[in-house]
Amino acid sequence: MTGKQQPRLEAAGITKMFGGIRALNDISLEVLPKQIVGIIGPNGAGKTTTFNVITGAYRPSTGEVRLDGKAVTAEPSHLIARAGISRTFQNIRLFGDMTVWEHLLVAQPHSDFTLRRLLPTRWADPQAFRRAEEILEFLKLADVKDRIARSLPYGIQRRVEIARAISARPKLLLLDEPVAGMNHDEADDIRRLILTLRDSGLSILLIDHDMAFVMNLCDYLYVLDFGVMIAQGRPDQIRSNPVVLDAYLGHAT
Amino acid sequence: MMSTYYAGLLADVGILLLGALSVYIILATGQLSLGNAGFMGIGAYLTSYLTVTMGVPLTLALVIAAAASGAIGVIIGFPALRLRGIYLAMATLGFGEMVRSFFLNFDAMGGAGGFHGMRHVSLGYIWTWAAAILLLVAILEHSQIWLELRAVRDDETAAALVGLDTTTIKVGAFGFAAAVAAIAGGLFAHHHVYIEPGNFSFERSIDFVLAVILGGSTVGAGALVGALLLVMLPEHLRFLADWRFAVFGGLLIAMLLVRRQGILDRSLFRFFEFRRSA
Ligand SMILES: Nc1ncnc2c1ncn2[C@@H]1O[C@H](COP(=O)(O)OP(=O)(O)O)[C@@H](O)[C@H]1O
Ligand SMILES: [Mg+2]
Repeated sequence: MTGKQQPRLEAAGITKMFGGIRALNDISLEVLPKQIVGIIGPNGAGKTTTFNVITGAYRPSTGEVRLDGKAVTAEPSHLIARAGISRTFQNIRLFGDMTVWEHLLVAQPHSDFTLRRLLPTRWADPQAFRRAEEILEFLKLADVKDRIARSLPYGIQRRVEIARAISARPKLLLLDEPVAGMNHDEADDIRRLILTLRDSGLSILLIDHDMAFVMNLCDYLYVLDFGVMIAQGRPDQIRSNPVVLDAYLGHAT
Repeated sequence: MMSTYYAGLLADVGILLLGALSVYIILATGQLSLGNAGFMGIGAYLTSYLTVTMGVPLTLALVIAAAASGAIGVIIGFPALRLRGIYLAMATLGFGEMVRSFFLNFDAMGGAGGFHGMRHVSLGYIWTWAAAILLLVAILEHSQIWLELRAVRDDETAAALVGLDTTTIKVGAFGFAAAVAAIAGGLFAHHHVYIEPGNFSFERSIDFVLAVILGGSTVGAGALVGALLLVMLPEHLRFLADWRFAVFGGLLIAMLLVRRQGILDRSLFRFFEFRRSA
């Protein structure tokens, strides 16, 4: 099913132990360029842990993470981010007293040793400024540009987090429960946004509980249960998979 | 003509401003340093050695001392900044005391007897440095690097995940702060024309922190307000005689209860910028 295309992301044989607990047991997954891939599974299945391993927050006990064929396993998070992986968090993590605009500016990529970082952003890096403005428009955040991000309604905070993640110019975007706690209209906004991002060339790996949401959106799904990958396939294959119905829907109700 | 009394007080304000800025720069990354008097001491002794013993012009000596102190800041920053919060505060406190006792035992520069022979500098010279560094910090506050510092302070994990090298950012801020504190020390030495290890004790580190907290810990200009108040207020409370420090302490506590972020804060500046552009 992968054809000959080089995957954007490959996680191969990942095991993650916490003390004696096997949070991830030999899981493998891949995301192709411009693909939207979902990870589903009940609470505590290991979905967020998978993200933490991919982004270098956790060192896997065994296994390898590759971005465009290059191993990035357990590299420092900032190097993985620079290599092209950005993420959002299940519990929104915005910068305390920064405005929306500052969130977009700070995440713009800069080389380490450049005078530009020391001069006022407005004059020093008009290009970064313009990119941030584009993202602001694109995510419909222009109205709240100068508001402190954390003071905004929940749904908008989620958009700010996505805006910050794409400001870092990733190739692969990881979204941890992007529509959790949103109403139907807000969730549909995010769904359309994710499709647009994919069309602009991003690969997307997302976690969600909401079956209908992922079924509608993803090209491919992985199902995790107690740290084990119990199924994978296209949404129509997953929908009718008895193992999934049993394990996942069994827990969920 | 200004009285020498006021000139002396203003010199103290300028020097305290620089010390307070050095604390402010580290605080911008979310860490509290209680040892900046140590860097001030390094700057004071090194600058004095260069001008008195080596005959180096003062400005050059200050630049050299700042660079050396900055390098020491970076070297101790790498291990120290693995610590956070109260643990880092304790470690920096230990560093400050270590520097003080080093000079106490360093007989080549007078040891407990102190060191003298420096040429007195003018108030204008002190304030040229103080204003230049305040301006530098004010410019940096609008730069990318300052956004990065604030991001590191607010959420180190999230900052790393947008590609920020949080260790380098923190260590860099620590080194810059050490350089600024060293300039405060060099100016102090050439204002008082005599230094002894006791000048660079824990209480001085606390003065720096107090000035920042009083004036406002989220904007560099807060250090200026804090330094002015810290030097001038006890003077103006002189009529209270021995009670003035108690009253001063009470005022400080009252201010913290009413306005925890200090007298100046960022939203105040945003308010003025907004008014200007409206
Ligand atoms: N840092 C950690 N230390 C110990 N256990 C952890 C840690 N992170 C996650 N776990 C455990 O790993 C399991 C998977 O958690 P998680 O990946 O957050 O699940 P999900 O995101 O699928 O709901 C849970 O049992 C959780 O308690
Ligand atoms: Mg989770």
